[in-house]
Amino acid sequence: MGKTLAEKIVSTHTETPAIAGESVITKVDYVFTHDASGPLVVNQLKELGSDKVFDPKRVIVFIDHAVPSPRRENSNDQKLLKIWADSLGINFHGPGTGICHQVLVERYASPNTLIVGTDSHSVMAGALASFATGMGATDVAVSMSLGKTWIRVPETLRFVLNGTLPSGVYAKDVILYIIGLLGGDGATYKAMEFSGSVVDKMEMHERLTLSNMVVEAGAKVGLIASDSNTRRYLETRGREESFLEIQPDSDAHYENTFEITATDLSPMVSFPHSVDNVRRIEEIGEVTINEVFVGSCTNARLEDLQIVASILNGRQIDSNVRLIVTPASGETYATAVKDGTISTLLDAGAVVTPSGCGACFGALGGIPADNEAIFTTTNRNFVGRTGNPSASTYLGSPATAAATALRGMISDPREVV
Amino acid sequence: MSGRAWKFGDGISTDNIAPGRYFHLRSNLPELSKHCLEDARQDFASDVTAGDFVVAGKNFGLGSSREHAPIIIKMRGIRAIIAKSFARIFFRNCINIGLPAVILDTDEIKDGDRLEIDLSGGKVIDHSIKKDMKFPPLPVEMTSILKEGGLIPFVKKYGDLRF
Ligand code: SF4
Repeated sequence: MGKTLAEKIVSTHTETPAIAGESVITKVDYVFTHDASGPLVVNQLKELGSDKVFDPKRVIVFIDHAVPSPRRENSNDQKLLKIWADSLGINFHGPGTGICHQVLVERYASPNTLIVGTDSHSVMAGALASFATGMGATDVAVSMSLGKTWIRVPETLRFVLNGTLPSGVYAKDVILYIIGLLGGDGATYKAMEFSGSVVDKMEMHERLTLSNMVVEAGAKVGLIASDSNTRRYLETRGREESFLEIQPDSDAHYENTFEITATDLSPMVSFPHSVDNVRRIEEIGEVTINEVFVGSCTNARLEDLQIVASILNGRQIDSNVRLIVTPASGETYATAVKDGTISTLLDAGAVVTPSGCGACFGALGGIPADNEAIFTTTNRNFVGRTGNPSASTYLGSPATAAATALRGMISDPREVV
Repeated sequence: MSGRAWKFGDGISTDNIAPGRYFHLRSNLPELSKHCLEDARQDFASDVTAGDFVVAGKNFGLGSSREHAPIIIKMRGIRAIIAKSFARIFFRNCINIGLPAVILDTDEIKDGDRLEIDLSGGKVIDHSIKKDMKFPPLPVEMTSILKEGGLIPFVKKYGDLRF
């Protein structure tokens, strides 16, 4: 019987065959952590009595969560990580380099790699046909030490996206729609695999958004076969040698196949306080918003900022709204400065912060006041996620965020362009 | 030895358990644990006693991979987490730190019930409603890890991942 993408990639890293449902010991190509979990990883390695890692070139530390450090406790954690990484010769990316997942796809991830990191959105690299998944600090510490981990090979849910995306509708809307369909635990322990004419046409920045959010349905990985778009992405990054074509077999076994006609989709909004609480924008009524945040590993790439800038160009955001923009990586930021995107955003009234996780997880970068409503391009809207348990968080695409910033209420981007 | 059931609903996220606004306390786990589950139940961290149980609905521990979440639950003295289902990373994290995570239909268990757990026998005993409830065994890898008290002691003992 043929193999799914998940089975194929895992198979090349194991000694035993990787069949959905079986547990295997697998080699890992890259292991990473960041300032949110890194100190715990270092602690677990110490507990393990391990004073080295399996291969320093394959271990990465990112400082991305608390950037720049808002408190001395965070500064101490970051200092500890820098000293630790340097002492072992591990790859270290300091504050401003960007969000771990973004920098990982820019510089490390490639087709047919197996990656584990102490972050649930590690699944994003699946857009490059990398079996990338999030684990906790203990699992990651063991992977760093041994160069391997154990996994249960996941069954796969296949999503075939046919038709064409209407204007104003993006990958973010597609994945919100799918999460609404599956529910927040509809893909728990499983792989999600995306294909179809819509995916074929999608550039990498959009594919990354699809894969990034599969964890919000509970999935282990979110995979997309590698193709000419993948190759082009790696070429523009000077990494064409890491390209490898990898496709699922035509007779692979899927637990379920969902056919979705993209032509029927609208901009989608996820309502408080769970990601699967998704509505079409036509159905939401009037929702006043106090803050708009364009950021996170889901939607703060160059193209996302450009979409926001193109909508805000020459206009002013609503006087009752704060707009905060946090580019996904230092490289994104620098390019957006050079091509004028950032000055357009500033002219429209945005606050642009250094690159990092920013307001996404509630420790810094734009925490809402009591009972405020915040519209974000991020991936989670749980109670307290944005740092204030009395605030309400709505999720949507960068285009919807821009329209919302203009009007001060959640707005359909198709009405403002 | 029985403990009290602390009942929670569906979809308790790691943001409920270890809120991001206490990010600066992540390297100070005893302090962080004072805020454990604060955004789901204010009285939990202060009133819980060693040997108690967390009992929940579906998809417990969804969201962030932060292992601080199960660690601070364990630090509050919780004997086991019993839920209808768990999010993947959280479930694995529990086992890795030696905190039993049990999948069971929890509808009949009420807040405040006196519970007991028989891990090897695969059952939860609710003394308040006088009922034994069976749960399925964990996968062999997880049973082996839990038996050693977690993944770190396991790897220290065997020097490798071998099940
Ligand atoms: S941007 Fe948000 S979701 Fe992404 S890694 Fe950072 S905190 Fe996590």
